[in-house]
Amino acid sequence: MNHQFLPNNEASRKEMLESIGLSSIEELFGCCIPEQVRFKGELDLPEPLSEMEARRLLTQIANVNRPASSMVSFLGGGVADHYIPAAIDHIVSRSEFYTAYTPYQAEVSQGTLQNIFEFQTLICMLTGMDVANASMYDGASALAEGVLMASATTRLDKIVISQTVNPQYRETVQTYAQATGLEVVEIPHKEGLTDVEAMGEEVDDQTAAIVFQNPNFFGQVEDPFPISELKEKGKKTLLISVVDPISLGVLVPPGDYDCDIALGEGQPLGNPVSFGGPHLGFFAATQKLVRKMPGRLIGQTKDVDGQRGFVMTLQTREQHIRRHRATSNICTNQALNALAAAAYLNLMGKEGLQEVAQHCLQKANYLKEKIAALPGYTVPFEGPSFKEFVVKANRPFTSIQEKMVDRGFLPGIHLQPYYEGMEDWFLVCVTESRTRDELDRFAAGLEGV
Amino acid sequence: MKNKDLIFEKSRPGKIGYSLPGLDVPSKNDILPEKVQRKNPAPLPEVAEGEVLRHYINLSQLNHSVDNGFYPLGSCTMKYNPKINEDVSRLPGLAGLHPYQSEEMTQGALKMMHDLEKYLCEIAGMDRLTLQPAAGAHGELTGLMLMRAYHRHRGQEQRKKIIIPDSGHGTNPASVTMVDYETVEIPSSETGCVDLEALKEVLDDQVAGLMITNPNTLGFYESNITEICRLVREAGGLLYYDGANANAIMGYSRPGDMGFDIIHYNLHKTFGTPHGGGGPGSGPVGVKDKLIPFLPCPLIEEEDGQYFFDYDRPQSIGRVRSFFGNFGVLIKAYTYIRMMGAQGLKQVSEDAVLNANYIMENLADTYYLKYHRNCMHEFVLSGKKQKDEHGVTTTDIVKNLLDHGIHPPTVYFPLIVEEAMMIEPTETESKETLDRFIEVMEEIAKMAEEDPEKLKGAPYTTPVRRLDEAGAARNPILKWEPEQ
Ligand SMILES: Cc1ncc(COP(=O)(O)O)c(C=O)c1O
Repeated sequence: MNHQFLPNNEASRKEMLESIGLSSIEELFGCCIPEQVRFKGELDLPEPLSEMEARRLLTQIANVNRPASSMVSFLGGGVADHYIPAAIDHIVSRSEFYTAYTPYQAEVSQGTLQNIFEFQTLICMLTGMDVANASMYDGASALAEGVLMASATTRLDKIVISQTVNPQYRETVQTYAQATGLEVVEIPHKEGLTDVEAMGEEVDDQTAAIVFQNPNFFGQVEDPFPISELKEKGKKTLLISVVDPISLGVLVPPGDYDCDIALGEGQPLGNPVSFGGPHLGFFAATQKLVRKMPGRLIGQTKDVDGQRGFVMTLQTREQHIRRHRATSNICTNQALNALAAAAYLNLMGKEGLQEVAQHCLQKANYLKEKIAALPGYTVPFEGPSFKEFVVKANRPFTSIQEKMVDRGFLPGIHLQPYYEGMEDWFLVCVTESRTRDELDRFAAGLEGV
Repeated sequence: MKNKDLIFEKSRPGKIGYSLPGLDVPSKNDILPEKVQRKNPAPLPEVAEGEVLRHYINLSQLNHSVDNGFYPLGSCTMKYNPKINEDVSRLPGLAGLHPYQSEEMTQGALKMMHDLEKYLCEIAGMDRLTLQPAAGAHGELTGLMLMRAYHRHRGQEQRKKIIIPDSGHGTNPASVTMVDYETVEIPSSETGCVDLEALKEVLDDQVAGLMITNPNTLGFYESNITEICRLVREAGGLLYYDGANANAIMGYSRPGDMGFDIIHYNLHKTFGTPHGGGGPGSGPVGVKDKLIPFLPCPLIEEEDGQYFFDYDRPQSIGRVRSFFGNFGVLIKAYTYIRMMGAQGLKQVSEDAVLNANYIMENLADTYYLKYHRNCMHEFVLSGKKQKDEHGVTTTDIVKNLLDHGIHPPTVYFPLIVEEAMMIEPTETESKETLDRFIEVMEEIAKMAEEDPEKLKGAPYTTPVRRLDEAGAARNPILKWEPEQ
């Protein structure tokens, strides 16, 4: 068989077989795979396609969808359509980056290694934390690993988490916690914010970590300082904060409020929404915790000629060295997405990140005020929002949604499946990509449906 | 000489690499209370767009990759990544889908994932599969959580031991620890396969299951796989198949038929999706009927040609991440399977196995081969002979490959072969490339004899030379800091 991805022709195959003293492929497989576990049939898969047919098929599949990118989207919930500068796709399309693997051979992986070292630095700059790793699978699994790390560090089993943390993150934490026997206590929100008092009542000397999110899932900006102070009610309690990286252009960074582990979803930094993946989790901590961190860490060193270079380091934390005593099982992470994130932060730079964050803040609050003034809608939570806010409708959300979609708008995330008593409540996300005209038309549309 | 300065060292105040439209809504400065505002801006670099581009293009040129040279990194299946996959994964109708969009608007995506699940089940002989896990290790963790849920459901919570052959990948025992299970390692026999006697010794009613890679990391198909499965099953344990090496068996044997209950794939190994310099990958987990109720939420179901997410699964372990999986990677694997078909995938395994055997036989006299019999898609060679006779290590040997534009094999793994070099050529390398590799390996062996000191100094031509790893670990510098 000849195939465009298979460079050996029949003549080469025959020559190779002969040179190893075999007459057929059957002979080779026959002596390796025991007869009773040989698959005798043919796999039931569709007939192979040429490249042209494959492209046509995938285009058809894509055309069946109606992507958010073709509409005016107000969908967020941790994944948002921030503008992606053109340069980024050109960078991540370099096949020297995307067809390499984990940089096991440092001498020929300096591109990947230096990039991760820069990514670690950028995440530290953004969060104000001491150290950051090479990336995690996504924000949710980063939080789950953060919780495990807190438990392993403190040797305590109780996790106190605010219900204003992204519901999918909490579900993921519950899944991981169930497997390890951690006790997870969820603190109901109070008017859309973390109930600091109720949280304080749960924090005790058995508490490994306090978890909150800022801005929280409702888009509300929390005051992190009183939450951080709750650590004092525990003995060794750590503070884990889940943050939106874009918000750190204007909001106080975790490093300023005695946070121990700061993490979150890195998608907003130059990665497409892509139906929820691949994205990346970022993960940062204090220097004190570095040896407990999950995942790869890249360090600076020198070569035999004294030149600066980068290597994977503190590997005795990792599975390939430490096996069952590793701090985590993570091996492959989300390196290419981290490359996009680093490129984004470098392009936006010091000014750009602040400006993007300001645009989100101003536009979201502009729309929030407009909607609050509409008959039939209220904005139930007081206090500042960053780029998302909650709206409560006096009629069924599903019908609002249907009519708005007909007009080309995705109005937001229905909150009912995630929070009790939020039947016709929805979460609206406004990034810098929205124009005032779109915001005005959206508000006018809501009024009319 | 390329400029290898860090991006931070290229930063100059006032430069920008972006543009934004003017703010078209009224700007208010009283939205955020003072205390929640950032006081000092994040000190991100200030560089122009062209400078950023040049920075990354220069960095990219410091990398070895599949697209610029042979990459026989064992256990990682560094095959060619078809370019059509890159194109289709970027179609706006796919990359532009928001995960909170309704099922109605995402039918194409749901059908694609539903079909991919079916294909992956067929290839492994399993009944259902979750696409959620983001990589192989994430799949292992998910699979072990399924085991735990299964045993708990049956009131067998005392089962906490997972048996793993000593040739197992490091992620296996590390995943075991993450579900609060305990790893019991068993030694391999002289043939490089599971030692049945050693297995029998550790089987009891505390065993939750066995985790095994097949072909194992030595590249051998477990000759006693049926017996292994029978023994573990009789002891009440479940069978977990690490499918990282599935490239060797497609169309030739199916884990489900052998009696396995759980398998994870690495789509970034077997199904042609790129490794991305260390991800994103994808680690789908397939199971037999009895474990379906425990699979993560949601699963994709179909009714009358309509696809939907099923969240109503009370026995599910829950979710292991946000949303549905590394969708962009799934598109690539789907496209790959559609372009290969059943015959194509079988040919993939044939060529992968033939390529490995060809190299092995041609190097068997030059290097020490602890186990000399036909291998599957990879084999483990050893630098022991060169070490004993000329005092050079496997590290020295493979560092010389770098000067020939070849990426070294996986080294010092599996742990049961001294001075191991694990070589996996994959099916996407031609005989001509393999011949060149064999020639270079012979040259290096000769150099070990004739000029071991020169050999120990390699590499000579790479962007940097051997790096001080011990120093890096002793005094960790994990980020750039401005000079005081
Ligand atoms: C045999 C085996 N199992 C598991 C893994 C883990 O896969 P991943 O790196 O995708 O997490 C690997 C590869 O790294 C492997 O080779």
